[in-house]
Amino acid sequence: MPAVETFALEKTYRVGFWRSSPKVALKSLTMSVEAGEIFGYLGPNGAGKTTTIRLLMGLVNPTGGSVKILGGSIDDPAIRAQIGFLPEQPYFYDHLTAKELLNYYAALSSVPAKERSRRIDATLTRVGLAQDAWNTQLRKFSKGMLQRVGLAQAVLHEPKLVVLDEPMSGLDPTGRREVRDLIEELNHEGKTVLFSTHILSDAEALCDRVAVIGKGELRGIGVVADLTASVKGNVEIMWQGASAVPAISSMGLHPHAVGDTVRVVVAEAKVDAVIDALRRSNAKLVAVTPVRTTLEDYFLAQLAKPTAEVSR
Amino acid sequence: MNSRIGVIAFNTFREAVRDRVLYNLIVFALIMIGASLLLGQITIGVERQLLINLGLTSISIFGVLIAIFIGIGLVSKEIDKRTLYTMLTRPVRRWEFILGKFFGLVITLAVNAGFMTLGFFIALLYLMHGFQRSDLSILVAIYFILLQFMIVTAIALVFSSFSTPIESAVLTFAFFVVGSFSEDLRGFAEVAKGTSHYFAVGMSYIIPNFSALNVIASVAHGNPVSHQLILMNTLYAFTYAGTAVCLASLIFQNRNMK
Repeated sequence: MPAVETFALEKTYRVGFWRSSPKVALKSLTMSVEAGEIFGYLGPNGAGKTTTIRLLMGLVNPTGGSVKILGGSIDDPAIRAQIGFLPEQPYFYDHLTAKELLNYYAALSSVPAKERSRRIDATLTRVGLAQDAWNTQLRKFSKGMLQRVGLAQAVLHEPKLVVLDEPMSGLDPTGRREVRDLIEELNHEGKTVLFSTHILSDAEALCDRVAVIGKGELRGIGVVADLTASVKGNVEIMWQGASAVPAISSMGLHPHAVGDTVRVVVAEAKVDAVIDALRRSNAKLVAVTPVRTTLEDYFLAQLAKPTAEVSR
Repeated sequence: MNSRIGVIAFNTFREAVRDRVLYNLIVFALIMIGASLLLGQITIGVERQLLINLGLTSISIFGVLIAIFIGIGLVSKEIDKRTLYTMLTRPVRRWEFILGKFFGLVITLAVNAGFMTLGFFIALLYLMHGFQRSDLSILVAIYFILLQFMIVTAIALVFSSFSTPIESAVLTFAFFVVGSFSEDLRGFAEVAKGTSHYFAVGMSYIIPNFSALNVIASVAHGNPVSHQLILMNTLYAFTYAGTAVCLASLIFQNRNMK
């Protein structure tokens, strides 16, 4: 059973003084997130990622289509009990301390009173919030600390599905690394993780599958390994010996030298000729690597398409 | 009360008591009671009457101000600050959230009124050097003030569920002011003709009847409050507030979070 399914999900807002002009935020989105996978929802700023997540979480009513979460409706409290959600740029009751806030959410999520204290301490430790900040009011927290509290409240009640809207936002490189580790840990525990991001390296490092959205429209969806496996027909050749550069340049190529190490990207058909030329120049061959599609290449190619050509 | 409503109510109460503005209003109300004590000392024969009038009016006005000030932000502030996102994605029904917020503020107002009442009775004791049997009516007047707070909170909650805090504040305060003159509105409805008559009658049912809940002047003169009025006012306040909270829940049920 998929953890998340959308069927022709649509959202159109009415804008303007008389609310007469329609503005499409999401066009007929049909996709699914399988149970147990890490799914990345990618798109540039303003693409419709947050709108989609709010629709999934039942915070916004769709103007068309439907959503199934863990096989049921998001309106069902029993389903919501199995979901952990971190909104984009989270804001919490700033009069509460981190521990009070988590206790509040734990109570609302029906975490047994006996277990709460132990689970709160363990979760705050897990998200890397320094212990001396646990009893500090949230109004004194930095953006990064709030993000950690946000992650803590999302996983505190041990949900089956964790939905994170831009979870790395506001974090320094160490924090981002910790969040990536946390997402992997959650996945190893059998939880499904759906997160949105525009940072492609995070998605490439973490996700089993990704969907790309642009201007409110699904542009592509697939397994990350498949999307990045295709060879583009080019090969990168690296060698040591700057003396070979004139010979390679004379073949109409553009080698880049850093010190004594030189690299050039050539078409597959020219690989043998380049290697022969390097041998003749007594250069030391270091590597011959096929150039593969990166997630960034895929992302940009999908966004450049005029209409959706969804690959599943 | 189910546990989730109780949890939300307690958090609302805790948020209110950690807000410094609340204390400023309570201190100001206690200063007003103190001032009425001084005013009573420079008048002859009506010290008690003056103290009760000014003291209870202070409790009422400042309580209503607190109800409006906090009530208007109960829902809209949570939407603006997006604290609702992490709340509504938990197993909390939207009507439970509204009810929790309502009870939280009503409890806050009751506790505040308790402190102000204590200050008032200390002032009364200082002035009269003791209590008398008719002072029990003062407690009834304060109970009616609490019923007013409950209605104002419910109205603020309705407006807060679909409009901005400023709009909610203006509309709630307008309801309070017009409701305080509801007897005059009913009088106007009786003499008006045509469309004005129907409009005035309609409004007299929509606008809360705060006139009936204000027995301060009567109590100040030492008059007792009838059991029938206590019963009718209780029924009226609970019905009105209950209807308003249901309306707020209905509006909020389908509201999109921005």
